[in-house]
This record gives sequence, C-alpha cells and structure tokens, in this order.
Amino acid sequence: MSDSTALQRLKASVFSPSTRQKLLAFGSLVGLMIFFSAASPSFMQMDNMVGILQATAVNGVLAIGCTFVIITGGIDLSVGTLMTFCAVMAGVFLTYWGLPFPIGVAAAIFFGALSGFVSGVLIAKLKIPPFIATLGMMLLLKGLSLVISGTKPIYFNDTPQFPSISQDSLIGYFLPGLPIPNAVLILFLVAVASSLILNKTVLGSYTFALGSNEEAVRLSGVNVDRWKIIIYSLNGAICGVAGLLIASRLNSAQPALGQGYELDAIAAVVIGGTSLSGGAGTILGTIIGAFIMSVLTNGLRILSVAQEWQTVVTGVIIILAVYADLLRKRK
Amino acid sequence: MIPLVSIQNLSKTFPGVRALNNCRFDLAAGEVHALMGENGAGKSTLMKVLAGVYQKDEGEIRIDGQLVDIPSPRAAQSLGIGIIHQELNLMNHRSVAQNIFIGREPRGRLGMFIDSRKMDQDTRKIFDLLHLDLDPRTLVGELTVAKQQMVEIAKALSFESRVLIMDEPTAALNNVEIDDLFRIIRQLKDHGVGIVYISHKMDELKRISDRVTVMRDGQYIGTVPTAGTSMDTIISMMVGRTLFESETAFTPAADHEVVLEVRKLNRGRTIKDVNFVVRKGEILGFAGLMGAGRTEVARAVFGADKVDSGEILVRGQKVSIHSPADAVKRGIGYLSEDRKHFGLATGMDVESNIVLATMRRFLALGFFLRRPIIRDTAASFVKRLGIKTPSISQKVALLSGGNQQKIVIAKWLVRDCEILFFDEPTRGIDVGAKSEIYKLLNTLAEQGRAIVMISSELPEVLRLSHRILVMCEGRVTGEMSALGATQEQIMQLATQRESMVSPTVH
Repeated sequence: MSDSTALQRLKASVFSPSTRQKLLAFGSLVGLMIFFSAASPSFMQMDNMVGILQATAVNGVLAIGCTFVIITGGIDLSVGTLMTFCAVMAGVFLTYWGLPFPIGVAAAIFFGALSGFVSGVLIAKLKIPPFIATLGMMLLLKGLSLVISGTKPIYFNDTPQFPSISQDSLIGYFLPGLPIPNAVLILFLVAVASSLILNKTVLGSYTFALGSNEEAVRLSGVNVDRWKIIIYSLNGAICGVAGLLIASRLNSAQPALGQGYELDAIAAVVIGGTSLSGGAGTILGTIIGAFIMSVLTNGLRILSVAQEWQTVVTGVIIILAVYADLLRKRK
Repeated sequence: MIPLVSIQNLSKTFPGVRALNNCRFDLAAGEVHALMGENGAGKSTLMKVLAGVYQKDEGEIRIDGQLVDIPSPRAAQSLGIGIIHQELNLMNHRSVAQNIFIGREPRGRLGMFIDSRKMDQDTRKIFDLLHLDLDPRTLVGELTVAKQQMVEIAKALSFESRVLIMDEPTAALNNVEIDDLFRIIRQLKDHGVGIVYISHKMDELKRISDRVTVMRDGQYIGTVPTAGTSMDTIISMMVGRTLFESETAFTPAADHEVVLEVRKLNRGRTIKDVNFVVRKGEILGFAGLMGAGRTEVARAVFGADKVDSGEILVRGQKVSIHSPADAVKRGIGYLSEDRKHFGLATGMDVESNIVLATMRRFLALGFFLRRPIIRDTAASFVKRLGIKTPSISQKVALLSGGNQQKIVIAKWLVRDCEILFFDEPTRGIDVGAKSEIYKLLNTLAEQGRAIVMISSELPEVLRLSHRILVMCEGRVTGEMSALGATQEQIMQLATQRESMVSPTVH
C-alpha cells in the first residue's frame, strides 16, 4: 500500500456520508453550546453541565435501544411506558416483596427483555406491523403499570442503595472535582457496549442487513424471525436500564410517567442521522442527538424562553435535522 | 421530412457503468420502429431518457425538429411521449378508469368532487377507439396481464400521445393476446402515432416493425429496414463479437449420483405435480415462458414459499424444508432473478454481502465477527470471480449488474452449496459479464455441483444445459437432452396449454 492510497482511504472515510452526518450533528451540538455560553454565563457552569449530562441519561439510553430497532427498519413506540413498567417491576420486587437489591435490578432488565421479546414475536411471527404492535404494547404496558401499582407511586425507601444507581458519582469518588453522576457513567457504558454489538458482532451485522433488505437476508438462509425477536428483546433490556435510571433519580416508580418518552427517543435517533427507513445508523450519532435535545432544552430554559416555545423549537430542530439528512442523501 | 423524434449523441452514465455512449435514434410519425439489443445493451435506458425517467448527461433530443428538454415524466407527457414500462405501473385495487385518469380526474360541481360518470365515459371512448371490450369500472387487479397492458396503452393514449414506447410488451402474453396487441398497434399507426417497440423476439419484429435499430453495450450500431434484412444480419449486429461457446458436448452419465430429487410438488395453481431430478455435475435448464412456474418451483424447493404437497430428497434422503434456513442447511442455494429485491442488501458493502449466508463461520465465541478473516475471504472471492470493485467496502448498489450478480454467486460459493438454483442469472447484465457467468456455471458443474438454471433466453438454455426441462402453466410439459434440442421444440412445449393433449418428446 502506498501513501497515496492510504491518504485516499482516509479521505474517503472522513468524507463518507455517514461520517458527514455525524460531523453535521456534532457541529450542530458544538454550535448550540457556543451560542448558549455566549448568551448566558451560567450555561457553562459545572453544575449546569452536570445537569445536562444527568438529563440526557434516560433519553440517551432509551434512544440507544431504539437505534437498533430503527436500523432494522422497524419502530418501537412502547419504550416510554416499557421503561416505567420496568421501574414498577423493580418496585414490586424490592418494596412489595422486600427482595435484595441485585434481584430488583435484574428483574427490571428481565421484564424489559421479556416485553421486548413479546413485541418481537408479534412483529416477526404474527407479522403485525411494528408501528401497530408496539402501539398496542405501549398501551398494554401503561395499563399493567397502573394496575400493578394500584396507580400509586412505589417508593424505594427500604432499599437505600437504590438512589445511588443514578445519583451518586463513582467518577467523583475517584476524581474529586468531577462529580459526574452514575447515570451518565451508565449511559456511557450502555453506549460502548451497544456500539460494540452493532459493529463487531453478528447481531449488529444482521441488524443492518435486515434494514437494508430483509427478504435477501431471509433468502440467504438466515433465520430472520429469530434475529428480529432478539433485537427487540435487546431493546427491551436496554429500556429496563432506563427504567432503573429514572426510578433511581426519582427514588420511586411513577406508574403514570413514560408516555411521550418514546417520541423524544425516536427524535434523538433521527437527529443522530439514523435513517427511519432502516439500514444505516450509529450509536454515536444517537448520543449526539440526545445531547442536542437536552442542551437545547437546558439552554432555552436558562435564557428564560417559555416552556411552550421550547417545545416549538425542538419540533423545528427535528424537522431541520431530517431535512439536512435528506439533502445530503440527494447529492 | 422532419422526424417526429430525433435523438443525437446521447450519453448517460450511472455510477460505475457507462449506460449509453453517443447514441442516436429517430422515429417517424406512423412508424413502428423496433429497438433491439441483448440485455443490458441500453435500450430501456435510452427510452427512459426519452420518457423523462432518467436525465441525459450529454446529447440532444428533438421533437418535430425542436430542441427539447425532458426533465420529468410529466414533461414527456406534455410533449406527447408515452411509455409502457416492462413492469406495469397500475394500482390493482382501483378501477380501470381510476387508473387511466389518476392525477387528472374530471371534476364535477364546485371542482371538488370527482365526476366518475364522465371519467367512465371518457375511458369508454378510448376503448372504443381501440375496439376494446372492457368495463371501465373493473378493478385492474382482476384483469389478465394482457388486459392490464391494454389499460396502460389506453392510459398513454389518453394523454394524446404521439410517441408510444413499448418495452417488451409481449413478454407475458400468449399468441392470441399478441395478435390483439398487434391489431391495436396497427390502428395507432394509422392514426399517425410513432411507436418504439423494444423486444428481442425476432418473429414479432418481422411482423410488426418497419425499421430496426440495433444497440450493443450502450452504443448505437445501426438502423436497417425490416423488410429485406435477414434475421441473421440483425443477430450479428446485436452480438457483434463471438460469444463464449461452451463445450457442453458431454452429458453427465445417467449413472451419476442423483443429488436432488423432487416428487409430486404442488402449490396452488402455480405448481402442478412437478417431478424432476438433478445429478451431480449436471446443469439442468428450466425453460418456459414468463409465469410458467419455474421461479415458483425453485422458491418452493428452497423453502421460500409454502407448498401444498410434495417430497424433496437430497442424496436419496427425504428432507423437510420449511424455510430458506432449512434449505441452506441441506446445501441448497438460490440465486434470485431479482437481485436487488431478493439477492443483495444493496445498501451494504461487498464483504457483508459475500458472507451474508455464512456468518456463523466467521464468528468468535459464536457472537463476535472475525473481521480479518471476513475480509480475506471476501477479497479472495472478489479476485477469483473477477468482481470489479474499487474495494471490498464499496456499497453494492454502486456496482454494475454483472458484478452484483457475481457477488450473489460468491455468497453461495462461500457457503459451499452442493445444489444451486440460478434464476435468470444473466438478466440485465452486459454481454461481456454474461459470458463470464456462463464460464463460471460450467466450472461449478465440472467441480461436481448440481445446478438448476432458469432462463427465458432459449439460446442460453441450449448453450449451457446438459438436460432441459420445459414448463407451462405450472406443469412440466417435457424433458429432453440438450444435445440436438431446438428452440422450436422447446417453444412448442412451452406453449402447450392444459387443454391440449400432451405428447412426450425425446
């Protein structure tokens, strides 16, 4: 290999469409941060930064799960209420039954995976379109959460370790002065693991292949149904993690919470450059997308923009992001 | 006289392929001008440029001597250019009239409501012009393919088209239906419509066309009057150079091991009591017209579609195949006729596609991809099959048809399947790549694989197969050794409908 080809390859990778999208999203994030720090001195304060990180954790984790599903060309509308359902199940195991802390954590993730498995079976085996199947699951899980909890919040007062899942800072313990909450550490770990799965394993490979051409994959002798179910289950398990994060932050499982989170998660995925028609996407893009959303919310709040207008701006940003993506593809 | 349409120096490039190179074409009013060439010669591309589907890179198009720009199908329509694509573009759940007037439905009161009575009347007027007996309110999905084609023609005429492009209009029609179509074409001709007729059926051209223009590898070769030009001349213009001729003089001895046996396969109305065997080292050709059930048989054996009844034996062992995954486990591979939809994940790169059927072999701990080995394997197959790609991380969508096909073949070679179904392996690929695919098929057979090749091109079936199975309407209507078989013989069996008595041919 001569230098020139190595250079060309570098050029090709830097200017490849997926990299460009990431650069675009990353550039927007940096631009937003520069804008807000110029507009208000309190934006760049450590406290505020930590607040943004904390606020991104739940949506970020949910969005990572959604990234898998959306790359296959599917969609999952149930992630918000599924997250709550997992939190409620943790409450059932820890507070109602008084079981040890690790079992409660495992239960949340297990019920997440189980619900994802059910969605996967509905979609892969019964051939119900993902939109409808997960819409059904969304309502079903919301109802179950309310029924199980008797519509009342479940508090984790008997489990003193529970709030530390999200709120303590392991990093701050080792590096005083960097009080990054555990929720952010967990987001980071989930992102790294997911990125590894997506890029280095057979599961990731099939995730992209299913989104690119499901029928071709099936005719290659791959058990498409099984892999789809696995992908939805994985998404469910990740939602379980999100459920633990939010329950830990509130020190309670709030059964009425959850609906609406799925749309924020999907928005983060889309802003991050994952195509809703499937076949392409990255975890890094999704993380950047999630941060764009929380920086925006936080910055607008600091500038005392009314809550209602914040929502309007978020809507505009989503439309712009998708349009930028379309423009890039058209070239 | 100024021609109705005149195309000069037209060029068009797609990523990785020069589809048209300096092409020319002209069409007079009231003329049927045939456009011929092998698959991939650029006929359809040229006509799609004229119809505004594709944009030209260079060259000029004149209508009535006026230089025109055709940026969209809509612009083509307003210039009076209508095209009937090979794949019909109709909405099956809507009525004939709704299909014809989609987008310009006559409005009734207030301009709000669709005046469906007027729409049906207008449709009937066009049908009368064509002497066509068809109810405008019939749902298109309930019509035969031939009638659907008539609907497309009527639709094109409703735009007051003066130029009508027909891309292989008879591919799915039987003889009676073809006669009907030709009657309509002659009527249009009398009305001064210029017709471009794309086909590779020689006999039809003789019957219907006034002039023939031949294209090859995206280039203009020549234009000749149909009367007074022999078929041989046209064929030699089309082929241009000597194609690869296989030396399939031998037929594998009948005592070669039977690798695949299919008994009494049935599926609805598409497969009826199909029996056949394939031996080791043999290429079995499946001949027949479109819709004869050949693809359906391949898909059924491969487990892609459910069957009603039937037995499949691999090496004498009865096996149950319910999914492609089952079939692949038994060493059966299927290369679809439609690479883009069923063969490739075109958004993914070359290496991912090559290992798609074999992922399990490239895993560490059953989960993690072993990239270096995947790359080496992909690179070695790219080299072995002569796949032209800038790198193994190139997106498959950017490669030419021939190279895409080789990638699908590579996928199954990596899998090392013993039994391979090739469904129209050379469809839409250029002449050069075609002969490479032929060589590859021969090599595979020599290596002892059992091959079933489905092809609608009779010369291809005759050239490549050792044995030929002919199908018609879901039934096997004949079986013969390729040695000494003729196109006429095959065509006769391929059109042998159920009502006829079935003689056996040896």
